[in-house]
Amino acid sequence: MKDSSGETRIIATRIYAVVWLALLALLAATLAVARLQLLARYSVLGSLLIATVKAGLVLAFFMHLKYEGRFLKGLLILTLSALSLFIGLTFIDVWYR
Amino acid sequence: MSTQTGHIDAAGKKMGMWFFVFTEILFFGGMFLLYSIFRYKYSQDFHNAAAEENILLGTVNTAILLTSSLCIALSISAIRRGERFFSSWLQLVTIVMGVAFLVIKYFEWMAKIDIGIYPDSPILLKMASGEILFFGLYYVMTGLHGLHVLVGCVVIAFMMRFTMKQTINRGNVARLENTGLYWHFVDIVWIYLYPLFYLIT
Repeated sequence: MKDSSGETRIIATRIYAVVWLALLALLAATLAVARLQLLARYSVLGSLLIATVKAGLVLAFFMHLKYEGRFLKGLLILTLSALSLFIGLTFIDVWYR
Repeated sequence: MSTQTGHIDAAGKKMGMWFFVFTEILFFGGMFLLYSIFRYKYSQDFHNAAAEENILLGTVNTAILLTSSLCIALSISAIRRGERFFSSWLQLVTIVMGVAFLVIKYFEWMAKIDIGIYPDSPILLKMASGEILFFGLYYVMTGLHGLHVLVGCVVIAFMMRFTMKQTINRGNVARLENTGLYWHFVDIVWIYLYPLFYLIT
């Protein structure tokens, strides 16, 4: 992995450890939200939002996406947009059938 | 591929791996699409069926996979610093965690099969249609995810061998990095499976 200066970047162990602790904290948070029904009727939305933050942390740091160029980030956005489009169009079909 | 000059196209290898990850996103995405449609149509049945899930085991398995992701990431940093033994030790820990995940999954599946909940079982077929769909999706999605974990463990075992033989070294880390990308992706799939099957009741 090269950063913009062309140097191979080694992410510090400390950063990985902080990300890992954040992931475990979010796991505890999502469990609390679900078990204690903190968000009541928004619990589905809350759980999925927390999952997305966790996925984002894994992508950004463990998968180094934070340090990648625009091209790769753009491709990921393209993929996720395609998936969202499939899901969105299918729901439109289900709702208005 | 190495060329005559010995140049290693790490960027190209990484790009290829990301393309594979994109196809995997769409592969699992199709199943998440099915889940969301059926959940929308049979929300009460999904609610009832999800109460069958063992939240403790699901949570422990999530923690295991998150920690295993940390280990494989650290193993890549270690090899970049030239710490070959520490790197392969971290890869071994990752494999052990992957296996632990699968063992826990085995007990979860067996607990369900013991009470007669498995595809096409007489007990399952008497349930509401939404519950049948929930457990069908549960077995397909966690089963395919488990298969990915199993494949990941085998691939990491090969990486350990390459690391010890020093064909993976501080100047040639692409295979281990790509293995890491795959392992993190499998982790992300589980990050979504966990709330969808265990928490949302």
